[in-house]
Parts: sequence; C-alpha cells; structure tokens
Amino acid sequence: MSPILVWAILVSQLLLVAAMACLTVRLIRGPRAQDRVLCFDALYVTAMLLLLTFGIRTGSMLYFEASLAMALVGFVSSVALAKFLMRGEVIE
Amino acid sequence: MTGTPGLPLWAELLVAFFLLLGSALTLLGAIGTLQFRTFYERVHAPTLGTTWGAGGILIASMLYFSVLQSRPVLHELLITAFVTVTTPVTLMLLARAALYRDRSEENEGVPAFDGLVGEPGKD
Repeated sequence: MSPILVWAILVSQLLLVAAMACLTVRLIRGPRAQDRVLCFDALYVTAMLLLLTFGIRTGSMLYFEASLAMALVGFVSSVALAKFLMRGEVIE
Repeated sequence: MTGTPGLPLWAELLVAFFLLLGSALTLLGAIGTLQFRTFYERVHAPTLGTTWGAGGILIASMLYFSVLQSRPVLHELLITAFVTVTTPVTLMLLARAALYRDRSEENEGVPAFDGLVGEPGKD
C-alpha cells in the first residue's frame, strides 16, 4: 500500500476519533435525555465508519460484517430509546 | 510511489479523496452537535455524518475492494441503504419525543399545539 493511502487512512481515522470525542463531550454534557440519545445515535454511526476504515487499512472483509451488525442493532436501540422518551415504555 | 500491485494510482487517489471527504464531514457534524445551543438545532447536525460522511467512506470502501479484487464488490450498498433509510426515521421519532416532552413541561420556545393533527372533536 502506497504512502498516499496509508496517510489518508490515518488522517481519516484521526478525524473520526475527533468526531467521536466531540460527540462524547456532548453526551456527557447534554442537558437533557434527548441530547444524549441523539449523541448515542451519531456515536454508533461514527464507530461504524471507523470500523470501515480499519477494513480498508487491513484489506479484510471481516470488518464489513461487524459494521453491518452495528448499523442494524444501533437503529433498533435508538428507536427504542426514542419510544421510551415519548411514552415511558418501549413495548406497550 | 506507484501503488500496490492491483491498485493503480488513480484508484488510490480516489479512495483517499472519498475517505477524507467522508471523515471531514463527519467531524463537521460532530462539531455542530457540540456547538449548537438548542436541541432542535442540534438534531440537524449529525445528519452530515450519516449522509455524505457515511456515503464518502462507503464509496471509498467499495472502490478499494472492487479495484483490489478486480470485480464489483458492492455489498457496502447494504449499509448505505440501511443508514440513509433509518437515520431520518430515528431523528424524526426523537424530535417528536423531544417536542412532546417540551410541550408537556410547557417550556419556552416550543411551537404550540394547534390541534390540527388527530385531536378528537375537531374534524
């Protein structure tokens, strides 16, 4: 792998980690529960993207499976949390 | 600096461009989430990361594996479709929940319920 791609992957991973740091600060600071759920939603998408960049770096397809599982499970959990904020319970 | 065997220079440049584009947009969305004042402004910011942020990195991944294996590797489209379909649903539900909570606590700066949607007795 040439230095262009190695550096691009490294910089992109650093940017994604910085994004996760910003979101974590808002997750801790967020005044209300809906801010925290929003940050959780953005956090799992960012973590999924980070896994994809690891997949490009190692040239392995296994990371794709993990990020697909994260996309599926994260959606369900965010919807359950939003439903909980709305109604006070998840399954009525 | 001619690239790995099987990965020509144009492909590497394109993959690098899309990777940097996607991660930079994700970072912009995260900074927006950190900086905006109210929840209703904040709910817009992470969509940068889930549309073109995810799109850029998924395009880079598709391009990299397609050129590397010299056959179309398109299963990243699954994640693309999933993220772009599910994020609006999640954020819509979340914004409605936040609106409901704000209205029931009678906070300021929330549009009043004008009774147009599904209120009994107002047909």
